[in-house]
Amino acid sequence: MRQLLSGNEACAIGAIRAGVRFFAGYPITPSTEIAEYLARELPKVGGTYIQMEDEIGSISCMNGATAAGLKAMTATSGPGFSLMQEGIGYSVMAELPCVIVNVMRGGPATGTPTRTSQADVMQARFGTHGDHPIVALCPWSVRECFDLTVAAVNISERLRLPVIVLMDEIVGHMREVVELPAEVRLWQPEKPKPPREEYFHYDDQNNYDARIASFGEGYRIHLTGLTHRKDGFPTDEPEIIKWNLDRLRKKIEDNRSWLWDLDYQDLGSETVIVCYGSAARSAMEAKYQFERKSGKRVGILRLRMIWPFPTERLIGLLRSARRVIVPEMNQGQLYREVERTVNLQVGVVSVQRYDGEMLTPEEIIQAL
Amino acid sequence: MIEIKEDRFLDYFRLDERFPHILCPGCGIGTIMATMVRAFIDLGIGQDELCVVSGIGCSSRVPGYLDCDTFHTLHGRALPAATGVKLAKPEMRVVVIGGDGDIMAIGGNHFIHTARRNLDITVIVVNNFTYGMTGGQYSPTTPTHEKATTAPYGNVERSFDICFIAKAAGAMFVARSTTFHVLHMKRMIELALTKKGFSVVEVISQCPTFYGRHQGIGDAVKMLEWLKGSSVDVKKVKDPWQVKDKFVIGVLHDQEEIPPYTELYQEVRNRAKG
Ligand SMILES: Cc1ncc(C[n+]2csc(CCOP(=O)(O)OP(=O)(O)O)c2C)c(N)n1
Ligand code: SF4
Repeated sequence: MRQLLSGNEACAIGAIRAGVRFFAGYPITPSTEIAEYLARELPKVGGTYIQMEDEIGSISCMNGATAAGLKAMTATSGPGFSLMQEGIGYSVMAELPCVIVNVMRGGPATGTPTRTSQADVMQARFGTHGDHPIVALCPWSVRECFDLTVAAVNISERLRLPVIVLMDEIVGHMREVVELPAEVRLWQPEKPKPPREEYFHYDDQNNYDARIASFGEGYRIHLTGLTHRKDGFPTDEPEIIKWNLDRLRKKIEDNRSWLWDLDYQDLGSETVIVCYGSAARSAMEAKYQFERKSGKRVGILRLRMIWPFPTERLIGLLRSARRVIVPEMNQGQLYREVERTVNLQVGVVSVQRYDGEMLTPEEIIQAL
Repeated sequence: MIEIKEDRFLDYFRLDERFPHILCPGCGIGTIMATMVRAFIDLGIGQDELCVVSGIGCSSRVPGYLDCDTFHTLHGRALPAATGVKLAKPEMRVVVIGGDGDIMAIGGNHFIHTARRNLDITVIVVNNFTYGMTGGQYSPTTPTHEKATTAPYGNVERSFDICFIAKAAGAMFVARSTTFHVLHMKRMIELALTKKGFSVVEVISQCPTFYGRHQGIGDAVKMLEWLKGSSVDVKKVKDPWQVKDKFVIGVLHDQEEIPPYTELYQEVRNRAKG
């Protein structure tokens, strides 16, 4: 069925199709349509929508629902995302899978509520305290808002991680005619089987996707934000502190093969544009216009997963480039990451726009 | 002849590796933990239907020692976390335990809103008038003029009446007790657990390590005597909300039940399905 949808709606539909049955949130532009859609649709499928008193409550409430066995999601924008950071750290530490959608607006502080930006790239990576990796996905179209929300749910379930979907206001509010797939593939976690005495909530086996128990299943689990042993109980033994942090890092590292999920076109050209989100739409248009006029080819490497940053993959892909252009709606957040990936002979140009307006194809063409 | 019933008390604790506990000698939190467990047993609340949730603080360490599903969340966030658990598994018994700092300061906003929503959760607020775990700073319940590590010249703030706020925010049941009045405390906890909807028990507890020392009340025994001497039964006062120089203990508010959040939301689901 072809339908006209906004990115925010497609994201909400993706969540329900991926089995999300719990949403806790607090309204904030430009993410609110996700909450409104889910408030209407979740109860129809037996799910729960709750509007919390703030974003700190939202992420904590969501952590509670996940601990009790539901697939859960929240959606917010910059200021709310900031408030959630400690709770996101808790999801990481206690390994509670969930999806956090951040439809980016400009900041700092209340910034520009109704304008667009891509200024939370680094916050998504380093927002919460402590030393741990994170997964963040970046859709560029309405269809991809659907697809990447489903992917986010699957990754989060499989690795027991919070996964961030970073959309920008343009992608969230843009409307497109899309055909959503009839079937979506879902990760099906198995329930734990061993008797309670032999059950460890944090077990390194199975690439970290070990079967886990939730509250109410008779396993009497203990969840804490403190550094814990594999049975979940706190400790401050140096060896186990290290094991705990290694585990959080390695469950992403050891699963890279299927996690790397990036999209690219026309590689091998002398000039390559590395881009994501709505800036990639302008980059695509810039590429066509420039090629028509100049006859020279332009490559585009569009990232769908920006964290973990696909460094190894990019090193290979950008080897033959003579110049790399990174257009983004901030003051060069991903630019630095790209710069330290390519070798020194390759010039990396940052094309920035941060006045709340869309980055235009012309601005990218100027850099070409 | 006295008939000795099987005592299931120890079954409710994670005895293997979790003891000895980290609480100071003479701390009131142990008394509250034990009393809480006695209440669970006598009400027949099984370990597999129970989820005990806390935030951060000495009081919030209690769940770690209990053999049931336990959730040690962030400082101040026990109530929203418990809300998530209750909404996901309405059939579970959800009990929150935390300190006056955890629940009334950093978690104050969550407290009033959870009460307003009427989640079917019982909250035990351990009020020791101080931040124990961080070393005796003043809390929202520290009386005015009293000294604390962060109020060396005396506290200028006015203090919260936890029970009054609970009632005003919409709790179904509100009671107060102390660690001196153990049987009374157990009765209050039992009544709260039996009540459908949001229920609160404030338990005034001794922190001999910090509060007792700072106030010159002395060690645990002296503090218990102080609790005994400073408490008055609610039945003996005209208006419990007007008594300023004593701890009024007993049931302070018990209203006609209204359907809790989970039941109302089930109606929402039915309406949405049309
Ligand atoms: C966000 C945050 N701020 C501050 C702290 C530090 N902290 C830990 S426990 C605590 C106070 C605990 O006091 P209370 O809740 O009264 O419990 P008690 O230790 O007295 O039982 C504080 C401030 C923290 N863990 N997290
Ligand atoms: S510091 Fe106070 S509240 Fe904390 S364990 Fe010691 S006596 Fe108890």
